[in-house]
Amino acid sequence: MLYSVDQFPTVMASTKPSRTSTARSAEARPALRLADALIYLGMGILFGIILVKSEVVSWFRIQEMFRFQAIHMYGIIGSAVVVAGASVALLRRMGATTIRGEPISISDKPFDRGLNQLAGGTVFGLGWGLLGACPGPIYALVGAGITPVAVALLSAMAGAWAYGHLKPYLPH
Amino acid sequence: MSDLLLSSWPWYVAGPLIGLFVPLLLVLTGKAFGVSSSLKHTCAATVPGTADYFDYDWKADGLWNLIFVVGLLLGGVLAVQFLGGGGPTGMSAATKADLQALGLTDFSGLVPPELFRWSSLATVPGFVAIVIGGFLVGFGARYAGGCTSGHAITGLATFQWPSLIAVIGFFIGGLVATYVGLPLLL
Repeated sequence: MLYSVDQFPTVMASTKPSRTSTARSAEARPALRLADALIYLGMGILFGIILVKSEVVSWFRIQEMFRFQAIHMYGIIGSAVVVAGASVALLRRMGATTIRGEPISISDKPFDRGLNQLAGGTVFGLGWGLLGACPGPIYALVGAGITPVAVALLSAMAGAWAYGHLKPYLPH
Repeated sequence: MSDLLLSSWPWYVAGPLIGLFVPLLLVLTGKAFGVSSSLKHTCAATVPGTADYFDYDWKADGLWNLIFVVGLLLGGVLAVQFLGGGGPTGMSAATKADLQALGLTDFSGLVPPELFRWSSLATVPGFVAIVIGGFLVGFGARYAGGCTSGHAITGLATFQWPSLIAVIGFFIGGLVATYVGLPLLL
């Protein structure tokens, strides 16, 4: 199940009801709480704004990256990795929990021979170079008014669908 | 202040802000930052077909991610309508010269209109960039188990070897597209 849900680090917050709230948790655990939905929506909005304002969504900036002609994209991804890595390390050291007191744990992703990462990554890179947008920017570009990218979004969904059906026949 | 907000944001502002999404999502919601699984959840919710890959409870696992990408789209709207987003970009002169040599002429927006007009979809370059490129992005991201956000940021930040391999693949593919694909296409 872990493998099928997703392959990047699966973060599991314990869903066990606490000892004192078994009765309440049975009904107070809907598929989605409104407060959570607002957090997801708000963070998505912020992410979209950042991607457009920093020009990560720009086909030109992706070309600049693949031609190694500016620090811009490397600086963004690199500093994001450093900040994310330091923050997660700090959370682990502090033994931090979510705001609801659920434990935060990041399990390592399943790793077989790495063939799917290499082959899939290369296929992804080909698409990234042609389209000039990875999945986050695809959504943001549609919102930014580059409406033909909606076709790319449908194509990307078709690609995910095709992978789902071809998975048993592909090397992993 | 509003000038700073309205001009384009430098990498050392945008990068750390993006990095903060990883701990923020963990602490607020317990979720791992990533975008491309939304493509999978959409399939699972609409046309799963017979594949085991789409046979799971998409509401429990993916609803959060689908709401996140709706926000992402809205963020694109807000950035352009109210925050001065939309280009021209500050891309380097060297890149502009290279792209001019390939025949592109309009650098006034975020993307080249030669490829990203609706009418371009009926041309070979536009079709390949948008339809084929989009398909490869979706297929490849799911095959690799993540995209730039899930692998390059979340994965590398947590020292996941598979993510490093995936990022190497991203660059192999991207360099082939840039130095072989685009010269043939444009």
